Amino acid sequence: MTKTTPTALADEKIDTERRRLLAAGGAVAVATGIILYGAGAGARPKGQPASSAQRWGMLIDTNADPSDWDTAISACKREQGWGGGNNPATDPQWIRKVSIKNKSTGAQATFPVMCQHCANPPCVDVCPTGASIKRADGIVLVDKHICIGCRYCMMACPYSARSFVHEPVHNQKPHMPRGMGTVESCTMCVHRVDAGLLPACVNALNKKGSKAIIFGDLNNPDSEISRAVSAHVTRRIREDLGVEPGVHYKGI
Amino acid sequence: MRMLRSILSIAVMASALMLAAGNVSAAEDTNALGSNLGPNPAKAFKGEQCVEPVDVMRREHMNMLKHQRDETLREGIRGNKYSLTECVECHATKSPEIAGGNIRTVKPFCAECHKFAAVKIDCFECHTGTATGTRMRNLLKPKESGKNEHSENAITVGMLENFLDNKAEGKK
Repeated sequence: MTKTTPTALADEKIDTERRRLLAAGGAVAVATGIILYGAGAGARPKGQPASSAQRWGMLIDTNADPSDWDTAISACKREQGWGGGNNPATDPQWIRKVSIKNKSTGAQATFPVMCQHCANPPCVDVCPTGASIKRADGIVLVDKHICIGCRYCMMACPYSARSFVHEPVHNQKPHMPRGMGTVESCTMCVHRVDAGLLPACVNALNKKGSKAIIFGDLNNPDSEISRAVSAHVTRRIREDLGVEPGVHYKGI
Repeated sequence: MRMLRSILSIAVMASALMLAAGNVSAAEDTNALGSNLGPNPAKAFKGEQCVEPVDVMRREHMNMLKHQRDETLREGIRGNKYSLTECVECHATKSPEIAGGNIRTVKPFCAECHKFAAVKIDCFECHTGTATGTRMRNLLKPKESGKNEHSENAITVGMLENFLDNKAEGKK
């Protein structure tokens, strides 16, 4: 919690349409109806690398309407261009619904599980080529340029979050190259986050009026997610492993 | 024996001279015929000026892309000068052999030299080689209903900037 971002607008509802890119060199232009975020949230100026001053994370409310997860998953598919294959057993799956039930009480919950963007990611530890990486701001990615498709990371991941691309891919999105023979997983919509936007799943839920997933900077004590995480008891899946995921769950 | 050796050496020299002469004339032929012998890549779909002079691009484009891909992916540096997406946006051309000439792809442009140099490109096994900019920019324009759907569609930082600039101007 070393973050000092007085410019982050703590009480403003995050609204992607009103965000404005910071101009190069930190120059700031204010226009009516457009919110500028400080270094704590908005787009990074051109040419600046991701910084460990930020730690992107998500808070997932497991008590939300279960249809929200379908919204989130279809938004992810649309944004990143996965899905639509004919082999459910092997087709890539970046985010999936998991249902749990407490047998003694009968209580049930359904929630999405995807890459948990661990602070100590086992997939990065085991990667033999250095393709599996954790960016400075905590986003875990696969560098497909040097991924050899060995799938060791898939074995190491406690969340089964990664998929191997078995079949040729066509019509990729310009921001999301995908190819046969590499491993892929949730990127926390890194292209959108770098541009100051919310991840596609969060954005789709917000548009629907749902706050089922909150995205933000866990290092910034004024961010919506930090306030929510400090106000409610949240859990991360398999906390006992010590991998320190960036994805928090409320209500399980 | 000495006689034979001198005859041999003369013969060798003569043939070397002939070869050299042949090379010179071949070079002259190349110059004279120009592009007919070498690759002749199509002009860019838009713009006259690439990010670097043409001779630099021809020699160095692979290094630029390789260098920047690591910066972008691993360090998260966005908006640098060399961008594969921008290559596609400018250099993608329509070809009757690809999708009936209905889409712009960068493959014909790349293949022109790469075939000549026997280089196998693998950028576009994963990256899209199809230009989508125009369609995307249209989608990024504010909708009549006041609801814009830019977030629903793939965007790049440059497109977002355009979108926001248009929006800011529209609000004035």
